[in-house]
Amino acid sequence: MTSLGDVQPGQALPPLSYDVTATTVVLGAIASRDWRPMHHDHAFAVERNGTKDIFLNTPNQAAWFERYVTDWTGPRGRLGRMTFRMKGSVFPGDTMVLAGRVRTVTVDDAGCRWAELDVNLSVDDITKTECAVRVALPTSPDDNPWVRRGDRWRP
Amino acid sequence: MIPDSAIPDDVAALIDVKQYEEVAEFPVERGYFWSSCASVENGNPLFWDDAVADAVTGGPIAPPTTLSLWIRPHHWSPGHAGERLALRVHFDLKERFDLPEAVMSDNTMIFHEPVRPGDVISHAQFLRSVTDEKTTRLGTGRFWVIDVEYRNQRDELVGVESYTGFGYRRAAP
Repeated sequence: MTSLGDVQPGQALPPLSYDVTATTVVLGAIASRDWRPMHHDHAFAVERNGTKDIFLNTPNQAAWFERYVTDWTGPRGRLGRMTFRMKGSVFPGDTMVLAGRVRTVTVDDAGCRWAELDVNLSVDDITKTECAVRVALPTSPDDNPWVRRGDRWRP
Repeated sequence: MIPDSAIPDDVAALIDVKQYEEVAEFPVERGYFWSSCASVENGNPLFWDDAVADAVTGGPIAPPTTLSLWIRPHHWSPGHAGERLALRVHFDLKERFDLPEAVMSDNTMIFHEPVRPGDVISHAQFLRSVTDEKTTRLGTGRFWVIDVEYRNQRDELVGVESYTGFGYRRAAP
């Protein structure tokens, strides 16, 4: 977890490396209630989707990005928005690496401090997914973005 | 003559129309919080330590990225034959354009009110756009954008997701 008081544009987040297995893919699909066969059935993925194996599903990639960002922010970091583009699939046997950098830090009109992050998921230095994250950070030790509601929360 | 790749009128008529407005089949439950966290080894104490959840979020909340989980149908339930599908607008388009395969390429999630145990989530789907035919390394087909709005039982917006899907037919080997 970082000290959020001194977050600056250009700051790098600690990278995360993870060895993906078939269990990773299937566990992620089932945990997100995604029963589509390309996330658990090797033959279907190869013969129907034309991919080399089963692959991480969309909601589970989102969960990986959430984990990566909140490992950095700690529990008072509150996700506002996440946009990601999947350029290639992540398969069992891949070692995926998540790396991120702070693009901007701003305070909105409601007084909420936002960090905009660029996060990259790569395998063998090839980008598989690009992700932009907007996450609210406390402005002080007493601030808590989670209490914001209505017009005070502008994700 | 209308080119084969043009958007048919019946599909164009569905753009920005609310479809498949439904209430989830089960209330939000904590078991899925832990399953989701376990799948990505997420140790955020918000989801594992009730004292932290009480102090920070006023009680337990769901991991924000579980948004779509709550409206996905059971694979089977009484009275339904065959596989039940989430994001049905996506599958409607596959069928309408006779595109047997599909993948998702882009996803945006916007998080509003936190989702809490016991919430009952409803959702509605909106087709936002469909392209003409494109050819990618996967095959020839169409991209489409579908938005999904999620609300809790108090009709509070809890999130919005936007999916870009690509339905396609693989090139002959």
